[in-house]
Parts: sequence; structure tokens; C-alpha cells
Amino acid sequence: MSEARNVGILIIGGGPAGLSAAVSAYEAGARDILILEREETLGGILKQCIHSGFGLHRFGEELTGPEYAHRYIQKVLEYKIPYLLNTMVTGLAADKTVTAVNSEDGIFEIKAKAVILAMGCRERSRGALNIPGTRPAGIYTAGTAQKYVNLMGYMPGKEVVILGSGDIGLIMARRMTLEGAKVKLCCDILPVPGGLPRNIEQCLNDFGIPLRLSCTVSEIHGRDRITGVTLVSVDENRKPIPGSEEYVSCDTLLLSCGLIPENELSRGAGIEIDPKTSGPVTDENLQTSIEGVFACGNVHHVHGLVDDVSIQADIAGKAAAQYVGA
Amino acid sequence: MKERKITCIMCPKGCNISVTFAEDGSAADISGNSCPRGHEYAWNEVHHPVRTLTSTVRTASGRMVAVKSSVPVPKELLFDVMACINTVRPEEPVKFGDIVINNVCGTDADIVVTSE
Amino acid sequence: MFDAVIIGAGVCGALIARTLTEYGQKVCILEKAGDVAMGTTKANSAIVHAGFDAKPGTLKAKLNVKGSEMMEGFCRSLGVKYSPIGALVVGFNDGDRRTLETLLARGVENGVKELRILEGEELKEIEPNLGEQVCCALYAPSSAIVCPYELCIAAAGNAMDNGAELRLNFMVKTIEKDGEGFVVSDGNESVRGHVVINCAGVHSAEIAGLVGDNSFTITPRKGEYMLLDKECGSLVSHTVFRCPSAMGKGILVSPTVDGNLLLGPTAVNIEDMEDFSVSAEGIAAVRESAAQQVKGIAFNKVIASFAGLRSVGSTGDFILNEPVKGFINVAAIESPGLSSAPAIAEYVREMLAADGVKLEKRADFVSERRSVHYYKTLSTEEKNALIAEHPEYGHIICRCETVSEGEILEALRRNPRPTDVDGVKRRTRATMGRCQGGFCTPYIVELLAKELGSDCTEVTKFGGDSHIIIEKTKVTE
Repeated sequence: MSEARNVGILIIGGGPAGLSAAVSAYEAGARDILILEREETLGGILKQCIHSGFGLHRFGEELTGPEYAHRYIQKVLEYKIPYLLNTMVTGLAADKTVTAVNSEDGIFEIKAKAVILAMGCRERSRGALNIPGTRPAGIYTAGTAQKYVNLMGYMPGKEVVILGSGDIGLIMARRMTLEGAKVKLCCDILPVPGGLPRNIEQCLNDFGIPLRLSCTVSEIHGRDRITGVTLVSVDENRKPIPGSEEYVSCDTLLLSCGLIPENELSRGAGIEIDPKTSGPVTDENLQTSIEGVFACGNVHHVHGLVDDVSIQADIAGKAAAQYVGA
Repeated sequence: MKERKITCIMCPKGCNISVTFAEDGSAADISGNSCPRGHEYAWNEVHHPVRTLTSTVRTASGRMVAVKSSVPVPKELLFDVMACINTVRPEEPVKFGDIVINNVCGTDADIVVTSE
Repeated sequence: MFDAVIIGAGVCGALIARTLTEYGQKVCILEKAGDVAMGTTKANSAIVHAGFDAKPGTLKAKLNVKGSEMMEGFCRSLGVKYSPIGALVVGFNDGDRRTLETLLARGVENGVKELRILEGEELKEIEPNLGEQVCCALYAPSSAIVCPYELCIAAAGNAMDNGAELRLNFMVKTIEKDGEGFVVSDGNESVRGHVVINCAGVHSAEIAGLVGDNSFTITPRKGEYMLLDKECGSLVSHTVFRCPSAMGKGILVSPTVDGNLLLGPTAVNIEDMEDFSVSAEGIAAVRESAAQQVKGIAFNKVIASFAGLRSVGSTGDFILNEPVKGFINVAAIESPGLSSAPAIAEYVREMLAADGVKLEKRADFVSERRSVHYYKTLSTEEKNALIAEHPEYGHIICRCETVSEGEILEALRRNPRPTDVDGVKRRTRATMGRCQGGFCTPYIVELLAKELGSDCTEVTKFGGDSHIIIEKTKVTE
């Protein structure tokens, strides 16, 4: 491995948090910035969030996800902030040395004065939910289904049950309906919906998709491809009510059951993690337990709105700029 | 007097708006909204509901791009507009901001590319 | 005409195929699934047992001790991960203590080395996270862990590299005697062999029935497991068993060779030979027992629950016999089947030799196989040299397990070639991490489609109708 290169502010992740942090660090005077993005384009999850509803706070107008990302990407280009795509960070050391890999440079190290963690989050999987039953094809997290439909142009199924009333699940209920699928229902173990009221209205009610609260999937059926689920009502302690089981046929089960900050790199560096948020413990400048390492966006805690991610990332970007003496 | 409750979809707040109707069936009073956008939404909702439609278009090269309707389209035409969107195959290069369908289904809305 | 037709590509079938190929036999493996290792081999406790459990004098006892001695060498030459971490059978009371004494005596009789009973501080020292109620344990240093499907894939691949054939999606329907051999058919195609070896796992009694041997039955016994995040993999450093019962060795808590923590299995006799479902009750039972054996298990870090089927025979022992000349049963290979597999392969070779089959070690047999995780073992300089030559190794597809496109392509082009997403998973660990494929499955679907020359809509999770994608959007004109 060649000698580690040096960077002022290294940003891990080129999604909404990383982009916003980069722009704000630049605007605060920092010039030696580098964004590392694991996918082939900047924008993160916004690329597949093709629906509108972003940017009212930030830009005073309603934008789609790709449009919101576009605004930041334009800024990054305008400011000529360097970034590396298809570049996966595999390690972060407490001395702020970052190990990364891509096809062009191989495995390389970067020694940063400041690091901004902006890795985002992942979705809770079927395994983490421990849903009993068979293990057929046709079970997807809502975000994975969104990627198939919006970015790849594939339908993961035609007869859909959605478990969890998180916003991504609601958005996918409408999206798959518009693409010709029959979304049979959306259920949530909690007595209140997880997603925004506007999404219940425009994604479920507009299309007559029932929302079943205090109701969950107790069993998955089907050998090769999922053929149905057993729904069961739950009491106030989330315990299944015997006799309330109901079989619903489907060829697809979407899971929209929560997001988990992706802090494997942070943990590897020994950064203190808050068990409540699953994100790093930070001060008012979003500095973690390691001096000069900042965290923002969904890696810090799961945000409801991308506008809030940008606002938080601004603070981290500015603080990092100050830290490196820009 | 007849009343209808509406969940506003204009922003994440999701205000509960109530609309009361006059004798002729038009909206007489709109309350519960916290901004003018909410007022406009509620009025539209009881007279002619509209929605911004977002979807994807497959370009002639097979690439998927994100699109939206430049203005909201009548709710009852959502699936008609989808049918148009599903068959259009714009030639590359297709870029951010390109219009791929003009005046889709006679709605005055254009279908605009929203991704890179 | 093959010398030997092996029915079933589980760990026994694969190891027998490799051994017979090494001894100059022309071998064909028939497998009803779309990949090797799809039955009992796919989901079990992944333990190489020391051999104290089986009744002295049984095939189980004899082959377990011999097999586990052979295992390390087998794994080394096949490039399969093997970890001699040792095992503890923990007891909670005086009754358990007496059971452990019995096991100790039995182990000594079976020839297991270094067995002893630990208590108090000594026990706490070697395994600090044992449950508060644990008072004693039988310590078996020669117990080890291995990845059973990795072993099976490697053995089948090595046999194929040396000339063995593998026919997937071949469900045997008939076996007819034909002159000096047999014709084995799935109703459409047939394969002829001098010898037929029945390694059909839970279906082995049905296969034996095809040649008129109805001397035994097989009961599938389901075991449910939970797999925890790698964060939890170092909670224990040994395999922690519970005192055994009539239904088996009980629930264990063990690190896996890949660094996860495995809990399970339950033991429930079922009727359906293809029932791999998990139940709320089963998972609850696993949790309850595991929590007694080991403290501090973070059950919220579970990344997958799954079930496996053991093939429990009606005789109580492994069934290794030749009911019809030239037809060999390798049946009822329940625990300690994985541990015994290398010795079972030897045993079958000896049976054939006794039948007068000419078996000579091939001089040109290549017994070494490069590990599927070869790339991971390279130094940074070596990796960079490889990336410079093949940039795909620098493109990470599975972020949780850090698996590159290069490693996936390598797996796709190597014997036995995977044809579905789970096949890629078992070879590379891609999709096997904490996000369970949420991020990388779409990329793997594209890679598979490209490599197989098919469309993404044809790609399956594990063969059959397990399609991942139903159709392309916007194709109707």
C-alpha cells in the first residue's frame, strides 16, 4: 500500500448528510475536503426516493428526492469538492486514518484531520424481526423493493402485503399500485401508524388500501415464493390475540419496520454509541467521543425528514471546518 | 350543515382540515389549516382533487429515469397518465429537466425528468 | 456408464464422490435441488464432535472419532475453515453431573482424548460467560467447528475438478437393475452406473425402496436455530452444549467459523420432508435454553432464524449397508454425521473394495483446492496487485460482509457453479450479514443474470419458482 494521503475533512458517505456537510464545510471556509461514496453516483437513498415531499423547509418548495439531491450535487460540482465513487470505506481508526477500497486505487489509506460520519442507516430485515414461518423468495424490505422498482425497473411482485406503516412502506404501497400491483393491506403491530398522516392519506386512502393497526404478521407461508401470510391482531401489550388469525394470500411481503443507523465503522473506531438512538453520542457540534470525528444524518439518529438531515449536517460541516482551522 | 374532514398532504405536518359546504355543494368554510397551501388543497380536494404524480420512464436505451408531473393532475386521471408514462421511450441523451411528454392526457401537466 | 452414481449432493455424497474420484472411479452425483448442500448439510450445528456421545460399539461411535480426526486434514486440503475451539457440555445440578460422568466414561471408551470435568473457578476461567446456574461441565478440547456447506461445496467442487460429474435438478424416480449395473432415472433422463450409492438424506428410505429395500425408515427431525450478528461472536470461545436428552444433544451456543454466534437447535420429529419453517415456539425454546447456558446473549442482535432437518433412522445407528449387490445405503446420517463424513467416505470405499471393485489412487488427482475465501487471506499488497489486474476485486458488493464483485464472479465461475442468489451466498457470504441482503441482492441478481446469460426476471433465490423479480416494468406497448 502506498503512503497514506492526507485530507483536511474526510466525509464518509455521499448521501444527503454527506453532501450537505461537504457544502457547509466549504461555505465555512474549508477547502481540503473529500467525500467517499460507495455507490456509483452521489445522492444516497434520495436517488430512489422519486416521490415528492422533500425540501419544503430547506428550499421552500416541494421537490422529489432526486431533485433535492440534484441541488446539493450541483453545489458540490460548483465548489469543485472532490469525491470518489464506488469507494467503500472498510475501516476507521481512532487516529482518523480511514481505509477504503475501490477498483482504481485498490486498498488505500487516508489520514484525515477531521472525519464526518454520514453513512446513513439500513432497514430492519426479516431476520431481525424474527417472523416465524417458511423462508421463501418474495420478502423484501420496502427500500429494497423501491430500488428494484424505481432504479432497476423491475416489479418484485404483484400481490402485496406490507408489514409496518413506516413512510417507505406507505410510499411503496402507492408506487407499486401505480405500477399495476394489487396492494392488499398495510398492517402495523402498533395502535398508531408509523408514517406521516399525509402518506396515510395519499398513499393508502387514495387507493383504498386498508390500514390495519394493532395487527401483525404471525407466520409466512410458501415454499419457493411467498404465497401468503397469517395476520393476527395484538392486544395493548403487543401479544397476539388467540382466534384473531386470518390468512391473506400474497406473492410479496414488504417490510417497513424501522431503520437502524449503520455504525459498524464508528464502533470499530471505538466511538461511544448511544443505546437509545444506536448512533454516536455527540456534543452540540455533533462531535463524537473521538475529537475531530463528527456524525450527522441517519447515522447519528434516524430522521423523519431529509430537510432535518441537511440542517444537522450543516452544523457538522461547519464544526469540522472550524476544527481543522478553516 | 354538511362537513368533511381532510388530512392535508401539502407538508409533513398533515393538518386536519374541516370543510363545511354551502347549499349548492361548494365549500363554504375551510378551517384547521395552518397555511394558504392547506386552504388551496382543501378547496381542490372537495371540488376537483389533484395529485402530483411521480414515476419512472424507461428510455430508448433501457435506462430508468425518475419523472414527475410539472403540476398536479386530476386524481381520477392518475392511471391514465401512468399508461402514457409507461409507453413513452425517449431517445438518449435524457437529462435532468427534460420534458418527455407534453400536456399529458390533456391535463396541462408536462412529464419532466427529475433524475440525472 | 459411470463407475458410481451417487444420489444426493450433501456432505456425505460430496465427500464420497471426492474419495472415489481420487481412487480412479468415474463418478456422477445426482442432486434433486438446484445446488449442492441443500438438505441436512445446509442447516445444522456445524460441529465436529469429539465423539463422547455415541454408544460404544456403534458405527456412530467408531466413525465419529475417526472422522473428527480426519476432518482437519480434509479441511486443510479443501481450503475450508476449521476451528478446533473445544466444547463444554454444561450441567446445572447433581443429576447432570452424573450424566457428564457417564459421557466422560463413554468418551474414554470411544477413544476420545483429553476429556475432563471442570468446575468452579477453572470452568469460569476458560468460559467466563456461562450462565449463573451452570455448576459443572464436561470439557472436550478436541471438539471443533466447521462450515458444513462450505465443506460440501469444496468437496463436490474438488471432485468435479478431478473429473466427477454433477447433475442438478435431477430427482431420482426409478432405479432399475441393468446387467452388471443400474439405470437411475428421473423420468426423462437416465444415468447408468455399476454402483449406486444412496446419500439422499431424509429421502434415503424412499431411494432404498426403489431397489426393494424397505428395511428402515427415516423420520425428519426439525431443528430451529438463531444466528446472531458478528458483534456477538466472541461472547463464548467454546461450543457450549447442554446435557443431552433422548431427543439429541440439546441446544448449543457456539461461535461459527465465520464469527457469528449460533443458537439452537430444537428437536421436533415431523412428517414433512421439506418443512424448513421456523415457529414462534421453537425460537422461544432456543432463547430460553441458550439464556440458561450463557449469560448476556443479545437476542436483539439476531440476523436470521432458520431450520434444518436431521434424518433420524429407525435403527438408532448410521445405516451403511449393501441390501442389493452394488447398491449401498449411506442413510440415517444424523448427528454426528458431519463429524463422521470423512470416515464414512473411507468406509464406503472399503465396502466397494471388499466387493472387488478395483480402486487405485490416481497419481494425477489434485487434492488441494483454493479456499473460496482465498482473497480474504491475502495481504494488502497482494490484494492490490490482484485489484490492479482484476479491478472487480476493488468493487465491494456486500457491504456487511465486505464481499467484492471479483469474489462473486470467481464463485460463479468455479465448480460447482451456483445458479441462484443463495448459492452465491453460501459460497461468498454475500447477503449473509446484518442487512441480510437488503443492499446487495439487487447487484447479485444483475451479476447472476449476466453470468448465466439470462434476464434478471429468471434469477431465483434458491431454484424452482423462488424468483426474486416478477417482471420488468413498462414493457407493454
